[in-house]
Amino acid sequence: MNDRAKDELKPITNESGIEVKPLYTAADVAASGGMAMVGQPGEYPFTRGIHRLMYRKQPWTMRQYAGFGNPADTNQRFKYLIANGQTGLNVAFDLPTQIGLDSDDPMASGEIGRVGMSVDTLRDFEVAFDGIDLNKITVSLTINGAAAILIAMYLAMAEKRGYDVKQLRGTAQNDILKEFIGRGTWIFPVEPSIRLVGDTIEYCAEHAPKYSPVSVCGYHIRESGANPAQEMAYAFCIAKAYADDVIKRGLHVDEFAGRLSYNFNIFGNLFEQVAKFRAGRGLWAKIMKEQYGAEKPGSMWLRMIAAGGGGGLTFEQPEVNIVRGAYYALISALSGTQTMALCSYDEAYTIPTEYSARISLRTMQLLIEEMGLTETVDPLGGSFYVETLTNQMRQKMEEIMAEVDAQGGIVKLVSEGAIQSKVSAQAYQMQRDIESGKFRKVGVNCYRNEKEEEHPVEFHPYNEEDTRVQIAGLNKIRAERDQNKVSQALARLSADASAGRNVMPALVEAVKAYATVGEMTNEMVKIFGRYQEPIRF
Amino acid sequence: MTAAQKSVSATRRIKVLLAKPGLDGHDQGAKVVVRALMDAGMEVIYTGLRQTPEAVARMALDEDVDVIALSSLAGSHVPFCTKLKPLLEASHLQDKLWVIGGNLPAQDHDALRQLGFTGIFPTGAKLDAIVDYIRQNVKEA
Repeated sequence: MNDRAKDELKPITNESGIEVKPLYTAADVAASGGMAMVGQPGEYPFTRGIHRLMYRKQPWTMRQYAGFGNPADTNQRFKYLIANGQTGLNVAFDLPTQIGLDSDDPMASGEIGRVGMSVDTLRDFEVAFDGIDLNKITVSLTINGAAAILIAMYLAMAEKRGYDVKQLRGTAQNDILKEFIGRGTWIFPVEPSIRLVGDTIEYCAEHAPKYSPVSVCGYHIRESGANPAQEMAYAFCIAKAYADDVIKRGLHVDEFAGRLSYNFNIFGNLFEQVAKFRAGRGLWAKIMKEQYGAEKPGSMWLRMIAAGGGGGLTFEQPEVNIVRGAYYALISALSGTQTMALCSYDEAYTIPTEYSARISLRTMQLLIEEMGLTETVDPLGGSFYVETLTNQMRQKMEEIMAEVDAQGGIVKLVSEGAIQSKVSAQAYQMQRDIESGKFRKVGVNCYRNEKEEEHPVEFHPYNEEDTRVQIAGLNKIRAERDQNKVSQALARLSADASAGRNVMPALVEAVKAYATVGEMTNEMVKIFGRYQEPIRF
Repeated sequence: MTAAQKSVSATRRIKVLLAKPGLDGHDQGAKVVVRALMDAGMEVIYTGLRQTPEAVARMALDEDVDVIALSSLAGSHVPFCTKLKPLLEASHLQDKLWVIGGNLPAQDHDALRQLGFTGIFPTGAKLDAIVDYIRQNVKEA
C-alpha cells in the first residue's frame, strides 16, 4: 500500500493500545520479533497449545455456571445440564456462602439462594452432588473468600462417598486478589487472604495432587475495566504472588505449578483475543521456566477456562447475545482453551433459565460437531496478522507486568486500591465512549430498534420458601451434630490460624464435624480480622 | 432549567451518598456513576460494598446529603429498600431524592417507586440521564 492510500485511512488502535494495520505481511512478523516464540503445540513455549493434539484428542470441557436456591434445586439443574451433554460442573454459590455467612445471619437476609446455591454445612454438598459421578464430571467451585472452607468441604464430601482424594480432579476459583479488584467477595485482609490461598495450594499438593486449588482470574479484572493485555498481565502478577507465597514455605515450583489454572474473558476484537491467549501461553511458560526454574512442562502450561463474555453482552436486544456468545465460543476454540463456559443471553436480566443455559451448551456443541473447530490445532497460527499481534500482545503484557513491579508489586497496588482506581477510570471512559458512539455496540449506540419490543426474557423465579427450608436444615444439623467434635475442631482451627500453621487440616476436621461456614469463617476473622476496602478515585 | 433548580446549583454543590446495599460485590457500575456525578460537579460519598440499611440511613443523615443513591446487581433490591424506607423516614430524610440503579427488572419498578425510589436506572441507563435526573429533582433545602 502506498503512503497516500495509508494517509486516507483513519488509524485504528485495538483495546490493548496496539495499532492495527490494513494488511500484514511476513515483514511485519519479522519486525515484531519473528517466529521464535511460536514453536510446536505441546512443546515449550506452548504458544500454539499446551497439548500436541489438542481437541483432536479431546474437545474442551463444557462447564456452564449454575446454581441457585437450595442444594436440592441445584442438584436438579446439574443433572439437567449433564443430561444435555455438559461435561463439567461450575458451581454458583449465593452471596452469604461466598462471604462466609450462615443462612440465618441477619446480613444474609434477602440473599439466600439468590445468585447461587446456599451452603451452610457438609450436608449441603452431600445433597448438591448426590448421584453425580465425581470421576466423570469434574466440578469447579466458584468460591473465593470462603474458598479454603469449601475446598475442605468438597474433599471431605468426596472422601465420604468413597472417592480416592489423591485421584480426585476438580477446580476451585480461590483467587482472592482479583476479588479486591472486582467481584468483591472478600472476607479477610489482603495478607492473610494470600496466606489462605497458599494453604490450599500447599495442602492440595500433598493430599489432593490432581485437584486444581486455584483458578487465577483475569476475567473479572477485565469486567472491571481492564483491557485484554492488562487482563492477562495482572492475572500473571497475581499468580506469581500466590506462587511466591508457596515457594516461601519451601515447596519447589514443580510440586504445585502444574495444578495452577486460569480463567479469562472473551469479548471484543476476535484477533486481539486470539493473540492474547497465544501470547499469554508463551509468556507464562517463559515466566515459569526462566523466573521460577520450572522443569516439568505441566508447570509451564497456561491451563484455562475461557469465554464467558458477560461484559460484552447487552441489556438491549438480548436475543442478539446468543450470536455474540457464539462468536465468543468460536474465539475460545480458536484460542485453544481447555474449558469453556458461556454467559447465557439473558444474564443481563436474570440467572439463566434451563432454556437459555441449554442454548449456550448447544452453541459450544455446534463448534465441536458441525464447524470443524476440533480437527486442527491452532488453526490461525502462521497468519501474518495473528503472529504479529501475538508478538505485540506479549510485549504489551511484559510492559504492564514490569510497570506493576516498578510500582511495588501487585499486592501493594491492590492493597492501596491503585489497580482498582486505574481499571475503574478505564471503565468510566469506556462507558463514555459507548454513550458518545465512539465505541460501537450493536443495539446500544447503533442499530437500535425503533421501538424496543418486549424483551423475550423469562425470569428465573426467586423462591422465598427456599430461605425457610435452608434455615430449618441448618438448625436441624446444629441440633443433631456432635457439639464436642465441632468445638474441638474450631479450637484447632483457631490455634492453627493464630500460630501460622496451614489451616486446611483443621478445616477438613471441622467440615467433617458439620461445623458451619459461618462458624469457621468467624474463627478465622477473630485471628485475621476483616478487610477494609480502600475507597480511591 | 427552572429558576428554582438554578438556585440550588448556584448556592451549593449537590451532595450524593452512593451506596452498595447488601452483599453484592459488583461495583464497576457504581464506581462509573460516582465518576460521572463527580465530573458533573457533585460531591459524592461512595460507601464501598456491603452496606446495611441502618448504615445507609445513618450515613445519609450524618453527611446531610441531597441524594441517596443505591446500586444493586444481585437481585436483593426490593427486600433491601423495604427495610431502608422506614429508617430513612425515621431520620426525616423523606424529602431527599432517593434513586436506584443496576439490575432492576421492569416488574420490580412499581414496587421500588412505592418504596420511595423515584429515580430508577436499570442496566442500559445513560450516565447523562442519571446526572440530569438528579439535577432536576433535588429539592431546595
